[in-house]
Amino acid sequence: MMVRVKDRWPPGHARTPAYLRGKCGVVERSCGIFKNPEQNAYRLNPDGRELLRVRFTMAEIWGDAAEHPGDILEAEIYEHWLTPLD
Amino acid sequence: MPHDHLSPSGHPYREDNDQPLTYWQTMEIAVRELLVEKGHITAQEVHAQIDAMDARNPAMGAAVVARAWTDPDFKVHLLADGSAACRNMGFDIGPMHLIAMENTDDTHNVVVCTLCSCYPRNLLGLPPDWYKSREYRSRTVREPRKVLAEFGVTLPDHVKIRVHDSTADMRYVVIPQRPVGTDGFTAEQLAALVTRDSMIGVGIAKQSGA
Repeated sequence: MMVRVKDRWPPGHARTPAYLRGKCGVVERSCGIFKNPEQNAYRLNPDGRELLRVRFTMAEIWGDAAEHPGDILEAEIYEHWLTPLD
Repeated sequence: MPHDHLSPSGHPYREDNDQPLTYWQTMEIAVRELLVEKGHITAQEVHAQIDAMDARNPAMGAAVVARAWTDPDFKVHLLADGSAACRNMGFDIGPMHLIAMENTDDTHNVVVCTLCSCYPRNLLGLPPDWYKSREYRSRTVREPRKVLAEFGVTLPDHVKIRVHDSTADMRYVVIPQRPVGTDGFTAEQLAALVTRDSMIGVGIAKQSGA
């Protein structure tokens, strides 16, 4: 499944790295349901959210500045940070 | 070269830590002492937990890798469910969610945590200092080939690099490629070739006889 990481910049604790916001990738696998860290960090009785591993190309992340465009990077992103593209 | 960081004996000089405790150090001591005083935990339990963490070291990971090299069924299990495979070997890895990634002739894996310093401590022990440095964390996602070259690993263009940014709940261990010329080696002999850095992905396994 193709996804785009939401280009959101909410205040507070989030575990979506800045360099991946707005970037498109492919879901590599589901890791299961985990506590939403944005609530958990503040002891706010966290919701369960699906955690997905998303695969990006270095070309997608860094554009022309990519060291080796075909290399890949994978990161864990919570479902509410992802918009499905297909 | 200036020698102002050396003591008169020539040994590196490290300043005494005469500063007062920080807020969080004071908090940790206060909470720990209260828990002990109120009978929730004992000082021995605290020491036992510290000892348990200190006892974890890369040898555990090396044993897992050597088993994967010698036992194809185990490797399948390790790649499918890293945590369960390690527990089946008898390692107490606590609640850690482990993913194992295998290096092959055309893919090289390397692990980083850009947000903080997530590391499979329950399998490999404490991370090296450089793993937590801003340089390693920022450069590994941007120029992994240059970073690997600085560690002495130069990859040909046809080998794809797969960087794993440990951004949330999973932890990663790399299964390096088994060195050539190790046919017939026992798992113990093979484990001695598996370095900590090779399981982070910034190194390769030692060559046999090296």
